[in-house]
Amino acid sequence: MRPSTVHTPELIAQDALHIPTFKLLKQDGTLYQGAAEPEFDESFAVKLYQDLVFTRVLDERMVNAQRQGRIPFYLASLGEEAASVGSTAALKDQDMIFAQYREQGALRFRGFTAEQFMDQCFSNERDLGKGRQMPIHYGSKALNYMTISSPLATQIPQAAGYSYGQKLQGNDAVSICYFGEGAASEGDFHAGLNMAAVLNCPTIFLCRNNGYAISTPAEEQFKGDGVASRGIGYGINTIRVDGNDLLAVFVATQMAREYALANNAPVLIEAMSYRLGAHSTSDDPTGYRSKEEEAKWAKKDPILRYKHWLTQKGWWDDNKEKALYSEYREEILAQMKAAEKRPVPTLDHLITDVYDEPTEQLKQQLTELKQHVRKYPNQYPKTSGRLDA
Amino acid sequence: MSSMNLLQAINNALDIAMSKDEKVVCFGEDVGFFGGVFRATSHLQEKYGRARCFNTPLVEQGIIGFANGLAAQGHKPVAEIQFGDYIFPAFDQIVNETAKYRYRSGNEFNVGGLTIRTPYGGGIKGGHYHSQSPEAYFAHTPGLKIVVPRNPHQAKGLLLASIRDENPVIFFEPKRLYRASVGEVPEGDYELPIGKADIVREGSDITLLAWGAQMEIISQAASMADNEGIDCEVIDLRSILPWDIETVVKSVQKTGRLLVSHEAPLTNGFGAEIVATVQEHAFLSLESPILRVCGLDVPYPLAHETEYMPDASKVFEAIKHSVHY
Repeated sequence: MRPSTVHTPELIAQDALHIPTFKLLKQDGTLYQGAAEPEFDESFAVKLYQDLVFTRVLDERMVNAQRQGRIPFYLASLGEEAASVGSTAALKDQDMIFAQYREQGALRFRGFTAEQFMDQCFSNERDLGKGRQMPIHYGSKALNYMTISSPLATQIPQAAGYSYGQKLQGNDAVSICYFGEGAASEGDFHAGLNMAAVLNCPTIFLCRNNGYAISTPAEEQFKGDGVASRGIGYGINTIRVDGNDLLAVFVATQMAREYALANNAPVLIEAMSYRLGAHSTSDDPTGYRSKEEEAKWAKKDPILRYKHWLTQKGWWDDNKEKALYSEYREEILAQMKAAEKRPVPTLDHLITDVYDEPTEQLKQQLTELKQHVRKYPNQYPKTSGRLDA
Repeated sequence: MSSMNLLQAINNALDIAMSKDEKVVCFGEDVGFFGGVFRATSHLQEKYGRARCFNTPLVEQGIIGFANGLAAQGHKPVAEIQFGDYIFPAFDQIVNETAKYRYRSGNEFNVGGLTIRTPYGGGIKGGHYHSQSPEAYFAHTPGLKIVVPRNPHQAKGLLLASIRDENPVIFFEPKRLYRASVGEVPEGDYELPIGKADIVREGSDITLLAWGAQMEIISQAASMADNEGIDCEVIDLRSILPWDIETVVKSVQKTGRLLVSHEAPLTNGFGAEIVATVQEHAFLSLESPILRVCGLDVPYPLAHETEYMPDASKVFEAIKHSVHY
């Protein structure tokens, strides 16, 4: 401890605080010396692996679907699957998830089906969001997964407020809030973490530090010791974890949840990883980073690491592996074909949910629009045939 | 009934809302023990505890972001922004989040429980940043409701309705009237309808339309016109979004003339929306151009505040111009 008063001036060095990275699993699936693995039973451990693989297969298929022009946009979580699956696995079903947009693994863990993923990406009439948002903006009340929105970091203070409400209600629940290291530069990061600390909110903030915000490398994003060091400044207990190590992410999140609930206080987790794919289907990373760098990180594949551990436990083998991949590929392809055939929501849903009830002005605008569509049906082929549906 | 000023009416509404529904939570800068810089939340922390009435750190985007989350969880947050002039750091949370929460999720989630209270308007020597009337910025945003009361009775009834409305509401309080406006207010619980204009005075020669503190001004102008034999119909719009097109259009169809007045700058003020809509729906009834008496297109000034404001003499001149067109 430093003395609380000094009498000669001293600048505290910007690197005075160095936060270590918590790791359990080596890349070959063995444990580091002194590391204690969580007590997973076989079926839980296998379920986690299935969710990792599902997420990867989903991403591969949907990136291809976008390239074929079947959906307008997609955004993969390649290389970061363990950070979202491993953390959500440490939570309870009643805990609310606020995601950024690269956490499809968390939603899969909660039970979102291939059909539901497809219905959202194809904006059809079965999409829970009624076809209003771009692909990957998922949400589900039943699964306590808050609907995603594009503006970065807006969900951070919201998660603080949501968990404050959970605390007032006394229902043994926390909120987890995911965001990237780029989003952590937004003002809402500052607002959310400071408010959660001052107002004693049981919120888990999980930063996926994957090295890039689109083309901007982390060294052009911040100067300090990552995002974790900031948590200390807000008076928030903080841990940095290897985001490609599912077991370490799980253990850190489990500890964070217990602490948050017992103390009515937030926890910050910084999960170190790498965005192996492009930022989105609208991005080409070859313009701003090297193949060598990508190859180095590809060797640290989080799914492969977890598979090695699972195999050494005797809970997984090559036959199961092959069967799982082909099962998911077939299922997703079949659901994709079904989803793209379903019609878009009826035109009435253009004006519902703006308010709890459409206003008179909105009803008038819809009436006029329908008259116009009836007059020019060929101009509006997706809705003109079912205006009275 | 008891005599209250506008602040006391707001404080009374918050008290009733909190006592009847434990989901109602009040917070903002200095809102807690101190009771707010204008004392609108006086004694609420004492009565309902720190968990339900509290100070936040000084961060407007955080206050509204936090409120969005709390409302999504099922509570009814009443968030205070200390001055309307400082609502802009929260513009993103309000416009991109609050307003779109229900729509974008297909009604899986909503923040309908949210009410944002904020003092607005000039006439208090507040200069650039304690005088603005930002309602038009928000009126361009589907999903929000915007309410502005003109006196204590309206303030209490409209605030109770706003807190209980199933949609997010921005409640602009005319701070020039906080202590200046005193009136009889029912002690019990009552609500006034959102989305309905109020015909304050019936007349036959011209319709005068305003909201909030500007109602006092157009009422004075109506009295001045009365002395000249001009019979003004005076309407308080009360809700900016959604607004009561029907009442306004019917009035203009009767009088044939319309004057809209607001403190905010002229260009793209909410008056422009009203003018465009009325000319579309009452074109054949209009006997003169619709006039707007508004603030100038300048930042709100200090030394020239009196000259800037759309005062009763300016409104009176415009009434005569319209009637003698």
